[in-house]
Amino acid sequence: MQDFGAAFLTAFDLLIGADADLLEIIGLSLRVSISALLAAGLIGLSLGAALAVTRFPGRGIVLVIVNSMMGLPPVVVGLVVYMLLSNAGPFGFLGLLYTPEAMIIAQAILILPIIAALSRQLIEDLHAEYAEQFRSFCVPTGRMMMELLWDARYSLLTVMLAGLGRAMAEVGAVIIVGGNINHLTRVMTTTIALETSKGDLALALGLGIVLLSIAIAINAGVMALNATAKRQAYA
Amino acid sequence: MRPANVVDLRGGAASDASAPGAGADLFPLVLDDVSFQAGGTVLIKGIDLTLEAEGATVIMGPNGAGKSLLLRLMHGLIDPSGGTVSWGGAGMGEAVRKRQAMVFQRPVLLRRSVAANIDFVLRLRGRADPARRQAILDHAGLAAHADQPARLLSGGEQQRLAMARALATEPDVLFMDEPTSNLDPASTLVIEEIAKAARDRGTKIIFITHDMGQARRLADEVVFVHKGKVLEHSPAETFFTQPASTEAGDYMAGKIIL
Repeated sequence: MQDFGAAFLTAFDLLIGADADLLEIIGLSLRVSISALLAAGLIGLSLGAALAVTRFPGRGIVLVIVNSMMGLPPVVVGLVVYMLLSNAGPFGFLGLLYTPEAMIIAQAILILPIIAALSRQLIEDLHAEYAEQFRSFCVPTGRMMMELLWDARYSLLTVMLAGLGRAMAEVGAVIIVGGNINHLTRVMTTTIALETSKGDLALALGLGIVLLSIAIAINAGVMALNATAKRQAYA
Repeated sequence: MRPANVVDLRGGAASDASAPGAGADLFPLVLDDVSFQAGGTVLIKGIDLTLEAEGATVIMGPNGAGKSLLLRLMHGLIDPSGGTVSWGGAGMGEAVRKRQAMVFQRPVLLRRSVAANIDFVLRLRGRADPARRQAILDHAGLAAHADQPARLLSGGEQQRLAMARALATEPDVLFMDEPTSNLDPASTLVIEEIAKAARDRGTKIIFITHDMGQARRLADEVVFVHKGKVLEHSPAETFFTQPASTEAGDYMAGKIIL
């Protein structure tokens, strides 16, 4: 229990003191995960909407694959991205390994299936309701996807949130492709892993509390937005 | 007499468009031996039917007769399992469907404001224009609700919006699938007035109703459907006074026909 008490004090001290190292780590964590979210969101939502409104041979197999990939182990993603970006790999010439960009790529790959699979289900349900009316109006497929994405916007925020949560919380992928280099690729989760192995449990727990607080703040914000939106748009 | 608050929604070419038969080239609508089956059950059985451009056609018949399927086959929302549907000699396709619109029993409104629901179809037809949207909302008596979420309107207002949105595409043919079955008499009257105004401007109205009074008020001709077949197709006067089939007579007498 001493550790917990100390952890809270440490976290409090770090935050009140606006510790430069801590802020740098938090900043990089947010930058990496939010960038990954934007990239995965752009691709994942388009993919989800496309899968929701189209019918083609083999669609069932694609859905099974996308759904299964929601459970991708971060370390496996990290390993694959590592192999692709390492000097011997096909994208080694880009020199991205052990940079924040490599971490963004890894996290984006990790959460892409989550966003694609969940948005596909959501949009497909909405489409079931709109399909006849859209057909009556002769809405082209691309337009249909845009309109459905727009009308599902508030529910899709929750999907994006699930992606962000997954990205922020994972450690396996970023530690492999980022390397946990101080002042360069050190994020909250890799720091926690490092401090724990060094035995500095208080700092590790303090960072954990910060991480949790950020997650709660983001979720509360989105929930508040959603509640207002539901009242307004009956979404 | 057209009510004073009814504006012509057909834009600059109002005088031409209001001439009877603006969409005359879409007619006759010919169903040639049309059948439809789902899950091994034949629901529409070899229907031959010809509809002309003039007047309002009402499709009547008991539940499960195939009325909604018939309407969807005409509008091309579903494809027939056998036979052909043609409009003025042309096969059913997007070119034809774009000149038609349909109002469903339960209005399918987008999760947006009332105004955005109208803008959606105006943009779709490449004629987004706030003034036009305003005229359409005025016509439907919804101007005061323009910024409200469409799905928070009352049932009658929702159906009015669905009507206004369908008419915003300036269809030559308007299909309605029991548009007032969930509405009170006052809301029903408003929907009927909008439908009549559209008909008077030359829009062909084809609609389904179980409401005998509504059928008498609006119909110029009646198609009576029973068990996936057209039993009768006659002018409204004849149908309501001297139905040719016993089923239609029983149906109007309020008897349950099986």
